[in-house]
Amino acid sequence: MQHLIVGAGPAGVHAAETLRRLDPDAGILLLSGEAEPPYSRMAIPYLLSRHIDEAGTWLRPSPEHFQRHRIDVRHGLVERIDSTHNRIHLNDGSRLDYDRLLLATGASPRQPPVAGVELPGVLPCWTLEQARAIARRLQPDLPVVLMGAGFIACILLEALLRRGARVTIVEREPHMVPRMMNPTAASMLKRWVEAKGARVLTGHAVELIEPNGDGLRVCLDHGEPLEARLVIPAAGVSPNIGFLRDSGIGLDQGIVVDRHLRTNIDNIFAAGDVAQGPDFSSGGFQVQAIQPTAVEHGRIAATNMTRDGALCHAGSLNMNVLDTLGLISTSFGNWRGAPDGEQVELLDEAGWRYLNLQFDGDHLTGASSLGHSDHIGVARGLIQGRVALGEWKTRLLREPTRLMEAWLARSLAAAPSG
Amino acid sequence: MQKALLIDPDKCTGCLQCEMACSFEHEGRFNPSRSRIRVFTFHHEGCFVPYACTQCADAWCLQACPVEAIVDDRTLGVKRVVDERCVGCKVCTIACPFGTINYSQASGKVIKCDLCGGDPACARACPTTAIRYTDADQTGYEKMRRWAARSITAAEATA
Ligand SMILES: Cc1cc2nc3c(=O)[nH]c(=O)nc-3n(C[C@H](O)[C@H](O)[C@H](O)COP(=O)(O)OP(=O)(O)OC[C@H]3O[C@@H](n4cnc5c(N)ncnc54)[C@H](O)[C@@H]3O)c2cc1C
Repeated sequence: MQHLIVGAGPAGVHAAETLRRLDPDAGILLLSGEAEPPYSRMAIPYLLSRHIDEAGTWLRPSPEHFQRHRIDVRHGLVERIDSTHNRIHLNDGSRLDYDRLLLATGASPRQPPVAGVELPGVLPCWTLEQARAIARRLQPDLPVVLMGAGFIACILLEALLRRGARVTIVEREPHMVPRMMNPTAASMLKRWVEAKGARVLTGHAVELIEPNGDGLRVCLDHGEPLEARLVIPAAGVSPNIGFLRDSGIGLDQGIVVDRHLRTNIDNIFAAGDVAQGPDFSSGGFQVQAIQPTAVEHGRIAATNMTRDGALCHAGSLNMNVLDTLGLISTSFGNWRGAPDGEQVELLDEAGWRYLNLQFDGDHLTGASSLGHSDHIGVARGLIQGRVALGEWKTRLLREPTRLMEAWLARSLAAAPSG
Repeated sequence: MQKALLIDPDKCTGCLQCEMACSFEHEGRFNPSRSRIRVFTFHHEGCFVPYACTQCADAWCLQACPVEAIVDDRTLGVKRVVDERCVGCKVCTIACPFGTINYSQASGKVIKCDLCGGDPACARACPTTAIRYTDADQTGYEKMRRWAARSITAAEATA
C-alpha cells in the first residue's frame, strides 16, 4: 500500500506518524511544498522575536525522526491531480503514484483586494521563507502596518514590538479579533495594546498602497495616510485548493469531506486548514484553520486511510488562545452564544479580566476570557464532554470562575463508582 | 507496574501542604499559585479535592504541541515539558480538557505535573495520605481519569 501525503505541516506529519503506527509495512511519502524540514507555522512569531532559532520551529526536533519511522520526506509542489490514474503531477514535471492520497496543503493569508499589495514592501508572514524576509527588514523604529487585527496579527504584534518596530494596526471591522472575542473583550484588548505602544485603527479600511520614496504610503478610506516600510497583510486565510480546480474533487470553502475526512473520491482524504471538516458546536462543516484541529484531522484521516471507516469524527471544537503583549485571551466553541441560550459575564476592567460563559440547557457550549488562563482547558472538557452541569449551572451563573470545580464535581459524580 | 498519584478527596483537609511542597520542588520557593497540583474547595459539600495532571493516555497537550516540547517518558508514565523547546504558545493549555497544564508568566513556558521524576513531593508532604504515589490501579482517581478521558475521546471520534 502506497500512502501519499501532500503537505508537511502538523496535519501531514501527524497523519504520516499515525499511518506508520497502524501499518508498519506501508510506503509513506510526505511531500512538502517548501524547501524546509517539516515545521510549524505557529512557531514563526517566536522566531521573529528571537526566542528560538529555525530548528525551534521544526515539528520534530530530531533530524533522523522521519527516516527512523521510514517516512520518505520529499520536496515539491503539486500542480495537478489525476485521480483516474491515482497520480499527482509536480511542477518540475515529475509524477508520483499513490493508492491512498491525503491532501494536507494548509491555507494561505488572503490577498487583500487592494491595489499595491504586490509591491516589494508588502509581505505576508506565513512561511519560514517569508519570516526570514521580514526578519531581514526589521530594525528599531521601522514603521510597520499590519492589515487586519485578527488572531495572527495580534500574535505577530508582540514579535514586531519586541524588535522595536513602530506598529499600526488597521482593521476594517469595528473591533479587534472579531472571530474570537465580543466587543466588550475587544475594547479592553484595544486599550491594552494602545497602552503598550501600538496604534490601532479599527473601522478603517486600506484602500491603496503606493510607493513613497524608499517606502510605502498606505491610504485609508478615511483619515491621514500612513507611512510604512513594511506592510503585513494578516486579514484572514483561505485554503490552498487552487491546484484542485479541475481534479473532480468537491470544493467549497475548503475541500469538502465527510465525517471520515474522505473527499468525494474514495481513496482521497483531506486534513487540516485545507479541509472543511466537521465542527463540534454547529454540527456542520467549516474550515477552522487552527493547529489542534489540524492535528486531530491528521490522526483521524490517517486511521481511516488504513482502516476503512474506523473513525467517525464528531467534530473539532473551535478554540483559540492568544497572548497579546502579555494579556491572554481564549475562546472555545460557541462563545457567541445561542439566541435563546443563557450567559454569564464577569467584567473587571481595572484588573484586565473578563470571563463569559454560554449555556444551552444543562450544558456549557461556549466560553471566552481575557486575563483568566489558569485551568482554562477545562472549558474544553466541559463543552466537548457534554458534561451535564446539574446544580453546577446555577453555581456557575453566580460564580463563573469555578469552572474547574464544576468539572471535578460533575465528572466525579458521573464516573462509574465501585 | 507503573505508579500514579492516587488521590482520595475524602481524606483531604485542605491544608495545602501539597501545593507548598510542589511549588518548592519545582520553583524553589513556597508559592501555591505556581504549584502543579491544586486543591479545590467545595464550600457546599465542605470538602477539598486535590487535583493534578493524570498523565492521561490521550495526552492532548502533547498532541497539540507544535514543536514537540512535551514528551512521553514511558518509563515513568509521565508527560513532561521540555523547557528548552517550549515557546510558550499555550495551545496545550486549551487543548487539555482537564485544565491541568498551565502557563507560567514568570518563565514564559507551560508547567504541569511531572511526578517529580518518580518521587512526588506532594505525596511526601501530605499528612493524611489523601495523596499517595502507588501502583496505577483501577480505583478512585484512576477510574475517574479513564472515564473522563473516554468521554472526551468519544465526543471527538467514534468507531
Ligand atoms: C504566524 C502564525 C501563527 C499561528 N498561530 C496559531 C496559534 O497560536 N494557534 C493555532 O491554533 N494556530 C495558529 N496558526 C495556524 C496554524 O499554524 C495552522 O492551523 C496549521 O499550520 C495548519 O496545519 P496544516 O498541516 O493544515 O497546514 P500547514 O501547516 O499550512 O502546512 C501545509 C503544507 O502543505 C504544503 N503545500 C501547500 N501547497 C502545496 C502544494 N501545491 N504541493 C505540495 N505541498 C504543498 C506546504 O508547503 C506545507 O508543508 C498560526 C499560523 C501562523 C502563520
